[in-house]
Amino acid sequence: MDHAVGGTSHLSTKLVVNGHPQELRHDVRVTLLDALRDHLGVTSVKKGCDHGQCGACTVLVDGRRVVSCLSLTASLDGAEVVTAEGLGTPDELSDLQQAFVDRDGLQCGYCTPGQVCSAQAMLAEVAAGMPSHVTEPGALTDPDTAVELTDEEIRERMSGNLCRCGAYVNIVAAIRDTAARRAGTGAQP
Amino acid sequence: MSDAATEQGRDRARVDAPLKVSGLAPYAYEHELEDPLFLVPVLSTVATGAITGIDAEAARAVPGVALVLTHENAPRLALPTIPTLAVLRKPRVRYRGEIVAAVVADSLETARYAASLVRVDYAAPPSGPDVRLDPEDPGVRPLRRVMGVYPGQHTVGDVDGELAGAAYRVEGHYATPVNHHNPIEPHSMVALWHADLGPLATVQPRSTRLTVWDSNQGVVAPQGVLAGAFGLLPTQVEVISPYVGGSFGTKGMPHPHVMVTAMAARKLPGRAVKVALTRPQMFAGTGYRPETRQRVALAADEQGRLRAVDHEVFAPVSRVIPWVDPTAGPSLSMYASPTRRVSYRAQHLDIGPGTFMRAPGEYTGMFALETAMDELAREMGMDPVELRLRNEPEADPESGRPWSSRHVATCLTEGARIFGLEQQQQPGGRREGEWLLGMGVASASFPQMGMGPSLARITFTGGRYVVSMQASDIGTGAWTVLAQIAAQALDVPQDQVEARIGTTDAPYAIIAGGSTGTFGWGSAVVEAAQAFRAEHGSDPAEGATTRARTRMPQGVRGVRRMAFGAHFAEVAVSEVSGEVRVRRLYGHFDGGRIMNPRTARSQLVGGMTMGLSGALFEESYRDPRFGHVVNADLAGYHVAAHADVVDIEVGWVGEPDPWMGATGAKGIGEVGIVGVPAAIGNAIFDATGLRLRELPFTPVKVLEAWESSGPAPAATVR
Repeated sequence: MDHAVGGTSHLSTKLVVNGHPQELRHDVRVTLLDALRDHLGVTSVKKGCDHGQCGACTVLVDGRRVVSCLSLTASLDGAEVVTAEGLGTPDELSDLQQAFVDRDGLQCGYCTPGQVCSAQAMLAEVAAGMPSHVTEPGALTDPDTAVELTDEEIRERMSGNLCRCGAYVNIVAAIRDTAARRAGTGAQP
Repeated sequence: MSDAATEQGRDRARVDAPLKVSGLAPYAYEHELEDPLFLVPVLSTVATGAITGIDAEAARAVPGVALVLTHENAPRLALPTIPTLAVLRKPRVRYRGEIVAAVVADSLETARYAASLVRVDYAAPPSGPDVRLDPEDPGVRPLRRVMGVYPGQHTVGDVDGELAGAAYRVEGHYATPVNHHNPIEPHSMVALWHADLGPLATVQPRSTRLTVWDSNQGVVAPQGVLAGAFGLLPTQVEVISPYVGGSFGTKGMPHPHVMVTAMAARKLPGRAVKVALTRPQMFAGTGYRPETRQRVALAADEQGRLRAVDHEVFAPVSRVIPWVDPTAGPSLSMYASPTRRVSYRAQHLDIGPGTFMRAPGEYTGMFALETAMDELAREMGMDPVELRLRNEPEADPESGRPWSSRHVATCLTEGARIFGLEQQQQPGGRREGEWLLGMGVASASFPQMGMGPSLARITFTGGRYVVSMQASDIGTGAWTVLAQIAAQALDVPQDQVEARIGTTDAPYAIIAGGSTGTFGWGSAVVEAAQAFRAEHGSDPAEGATTRARTRMPQGVRGVRRMAFGAHFAEVAVSEVSGEVRVRRLYGHFDGGRIMNPRTARSQLVGGMTMGLSGALFEESYRDPRFGHVVNADLAGYHVAAHADVVDIEVGWVGEPDPWMGATGAKGIGEVGIVGVPAAIGNAIFDATGLRLRELPFTPVKVLEAWESSGPAPAATVR
């Protein structure tokens, strides 16, 4: 750590953002969210509340979903970060993103990148047998067996991502479709 | 007939969806600009008083700070602006949370830190502030007008006589809390005052002096406000707002941060100044749905025909601007009754101004009226759908004018059938363990106002038709639906049409407000398409272009236009915790022609979702000393999350209304929320026998109602 402008401490952090290696020299106070949006120009992650309450800033860090507004950049040296555009772009949408389009799982679209990232990681959590608040205690006989993905499970697991336009029922349908399609084709979750 | 002829009304995916699901649609804050500065506002910590001094030395000393803006150095305005936006003019405070200074720095972290160092000293006024809502306050006054157009006091017939002599009569006191819009995209803006453009710039009416990227319901509002304030022609203020991350009314008119950010940019020419309000700042200074206290009394004859509708409203008014929701509006038009009375009283307070929030007036008023109708049905032992059917007015009771179309009866009967409405003679008889189950119904209405004509331009270029207008898509689907309307009117496939909206570099259009966009803008698009074909034929030359304006049918002032609907709710109420769960919601709507079933369904489901959220959770609590909101974030102010929303579905009549112009569409952005809390409250009564008349229906209210209703819950229901 060294001291640069104005007595505030600066650091260098290496990140891989959507597959691109980045080295960032930054104020120690910079969150991952602000590093992405204000320093690296990656705005496919959104700021809704900056307090971890809305989920709009959800990204994948080393494959797991995190609210990037509560993650300090300085703590993530070497991390691999994926935002919604890292999952798919308009010309090449992921199956999950396409399901959001088909089911109209969005209106204003501002919470959407967070919903998509959250759902992507959530499906992996389900496949890995991670239980939720609504999982029946007896349902998990083998810890590595996927949890049965009911609508109630989807809603519970997605509740960290607020949507003020009220697209919830369509988002749940999009996730349900995606999970079913992936199961049908044997694709990885 | 080509495929295009049926484009209108076809199920289409949103054209902007691929950009949005990948996060690449640029919202206001996100346009790439070189070397931007970051603005953080400083809010007042008192409600009223004089600013005796601002010490900004420490803030200015922080490296990276470019400007500390206060009333002492803010640019003078060319013209007085609207009162809400008159910030940094005088050393005074009008409500807690008003912007009293702003810090601009080269990073967000630096601006935020420096803003925390700005010290503001205040002198308290001799008395006050007045921030407590109190119907008995001596300062409470009757209102003559509401929103400048609705009558504040209005009586037809002998209401008291009918109430006194009625076969059936109900009377209740209802309350609704402060609600905040809380779009997930915060109010955001980037302002760039263009550096010296040379001596001729000031006299060139088309030289852009100020460019703003803003989050709004229509570019015309910030353009007009900023041009006036800075002494520019509207053509010198460019506003770019292609994507807006939700609004629900709060981004209809500019809020103080818009003025402050433009002022900062004025002092820092050539540098883009960015602001995104924090969630607590949004609760302080971007408007809200004001609280109401209401009294509704209904009188009916032996057959259930209404003899009197009596609706009193009491509400607070900010001393900054006199915003009052037209809460009693539905009581003038919803049901036939020979006598009617509406009356508004207001108390002026030192609080931030309210503003329109999704279905202003109807949302609060229909909660009271539709709950009262359920109470009347229970009092009479009559089916609540049947009671409403018996009071269907043949013409608008308020104006006497015929309805342009009114399918309330179909919404009620079809909706009840599809939903499977079955209420209990005696509430409390259905249970699953600790959960008591019930169903409820309520009607919905929303007036269809003319907001003046819009203009649309159609240009043929590169083998495609471009429809441009200043319209705004705040999540409604306008990007998609306007292109569909144009495709049908031009008789070409939709993929040959592209909309260009959300910019001042397009013909004037009204803002996205009052549920007017689709039929108002849509009419202009149809007119432009027809004029285009008339002028340029079916094989137009490159660059052929035509402009036209909204046209409503002759004689439209002679009819009353409203959207309608009916809501059905099934709830479960825990007798242990008092928690209410909404298991199912169904809404059946009269929204005229449905332009795109996919986006229309989303709008209606979205309105119902927000209604569910308002019914169960949402309440902004004011500090009794300062009047500001104390639960000012998304942890303290819960909006419905995934887990709260189980099953919401909609259907519609789908009959075009010829009085709505060329589209035949009614506005559906607001009617979806109206009546939802009443349907849920009526279902709670069916489940428990408890009549809740105050929103939101929290566990505490349920348990308190049980407590005050006498016997313990178990004894009541078994």
